[in-house]
Amino acid sequence: MYAQMVKSTGSSVKTREEMSPEEARFQARVDAGEKIEPKDWMPEGYRKNLIRQIGQHAHSEIVGQLPEGNWITRAPTLSRKAILLAKVQDEAGHGLYLYCAAETLGVTRDELFDALHEGRMKYSSIFNYPTLTWADIGAVGWLVDGAAIMNQVPLQRCSYGPYSRAMIRICKEESFHQRQGFDIMMKMASGTEAQRAMAQDALNRFWYPSLMMFGPSDANSVHSAQSMAWKIKMNSNDELRQKFVDLTVPQAEYLELTVPDENLSWNEEKGGYDFSEPDWDEFFEVLRGNGPCNKERLGARVKAWEDGAWVREGLVANAQKKQRMAAE
Amino acid sequence: MSETFEYLLRLGDSALILGHRVSEWCGHGPYLEEDIALANTALDLIGQATLWLEYAAEVEGKGRSADDLAYLRDAHEYRNLLLVERPNGDFGQTIMRQFLFDAYMVPLLDRLSAHDDPRIAEIAAKTAKETAYHLERSLDLCVRLGDGTEQSHARMQAALDDLWPYTGEMFLGDAVDAAMGVDPSALREAWLATVRQLETAGTLALPDSEYAHKGGRSGQHSEHLGYVLAEMQWLQRSNPGAAW
Repeated sequence: MYAQMVKSTGSSVKTREEMSPEEARFQARVDAGEKIEPKDWMPEGYRKNLIRQIGQHAHSEIVGQLPEGNWITRAPTLSRKAILLAKVQDEAGHGLYLYCAAETLGVTRDELFDALHEGRMKYSSIFNYPTLTWADIGAVGWLVDGAAIMNQVPLQRCSYGPYSRAMIRICKEESFHQRQGFDIMMKMASGTEAQRAMAQDALNRFWYPSLMMFGPSDANSVHSAQSMAWKIKMNSNDELRQKFVDLTVPQAEYLELTVPDENLSWNEEKGGYDFSEPDWDEFFEVLRGNGPCNKERLGARVKAWEDGAWVREGLVANAQKKQRMAAE
Repeated sequence: MSETFEYLLRLGDSALILGHRVSEWCGHGPYLEEDIALANTALDLIGQATLWLEYAAEVEGKGRSADDLAYLRDAHEYRNLLLVERPNGDFGQTIMRQFLFDAYMVPLLDRLSAHDDPRIAEIAAKTAKETAYHLERSLDLCVRLGDGTEQSHARMQAALDDLWPYTGEMFLGDAVDAAMGVDPSALREAWLATVRQLETAGTLALPDSEYAHKGGRSGQHSEHLGYVLAEMQWLQRSNPGAAW
């Protein structure tokens, strides 16, 4: 899964003439498709934007454990329980991987945690929506992981080497999760009447939040141009959203479920679907902390961190004792 | 035949209930590596439970599946040890419970790997590998936290004191054990040798009490199991016959 709505700190894109010699050399490397590595020179804005983007991406993996973790103890069969556990474990692993990538940029994991816990850094808005039925676990895999993959596959080619390599590893597992989610939806959609109703209800609730995962429309995404020039963002928000809708609508049809959008129709001319925009007011409210689960999600992470302090301190104290003994 | 079924339920139920308990930690661990390790342990245990319960269902021969056994038996039909249904408590309680169980399962699975029933031997050999890893981790954490800060030491000592009365049950043999050719009391020495490492490396004191709560393996549980099952089984119970 991934972070969105990354507010970049840079100003508008510089022209060649405005760039310092270092900046021009850097941009030439990016343009030539070279990977930037941790010890290479990079503009301060590039570094800051990446810390924010990768950090928020990592936070999203961690917070994303919660809505799905919510159903582990209630999963309906032993194998569904095992699959869901494996998936949540993968997500924690993705988080770890991404924090490591962020640390190559000169920030520590603890600093990033502090920023998350104090609300200075965001995570994907989708995880502020509740999982109310078992079908939601299917919908999250199918739609949320589907949207994440749509965003992450192009990032495998992003200019920052450690991030690009993280994406290559993570995408493999995400695709697997998405298929598992769709598999749950297939079972539910072809099951009892009650199961079908659960599946439709899950699609109704997760459709628009999934569309929001791509961020606001291009017209309102002021800093996209710089991120695209630096190749830390490979496609525009609207481009990816369109791609997601075009791919997902036939899957909903296959499930014989209805996408909750009266305006959804195939547009022959553009070779894609026309569809309704999500409610952007709702989106900005969620980002502001006013989504259905914002308080619970962040509260759970802060509680886990605070409750775990004695464990971390105990382990550090033990390691120091051992170090002292080895030195004597 | 019925002794084998009973015995397999004991193994499967303990793995299932402990796996369920550990899975409650998902996303709430003290640090990221531990989130991963806890999920990993829970996943192993659920996998082990599945293997034992699949074989139990086969041995029973009444057309029930492992899922039927997990989701459609009530608390009095569950055969897990009382230890594994103890609530998670703080991380110290959780990791101490894991350690006391792992230290018991390693010698038991070693014994079962040589069982006359080849299927039992096969499952035991597979699960023994995972369990050896669980023990390595739980022992290491208990020792390090025992000999960490004053607070971590106090919490680990409290966890050990609280859980100790639930360990005696593991070594009480009965007719089912006898029929299976396994004497659990013979495992106590190996278990104690492992547990004594808490005293030496972990600076913790083993409680000086022989008192043992018992009943789990005959279906007499604590008040906690009913809640575990209510949560675990709810979806199956409210949608009878549905496929998932």
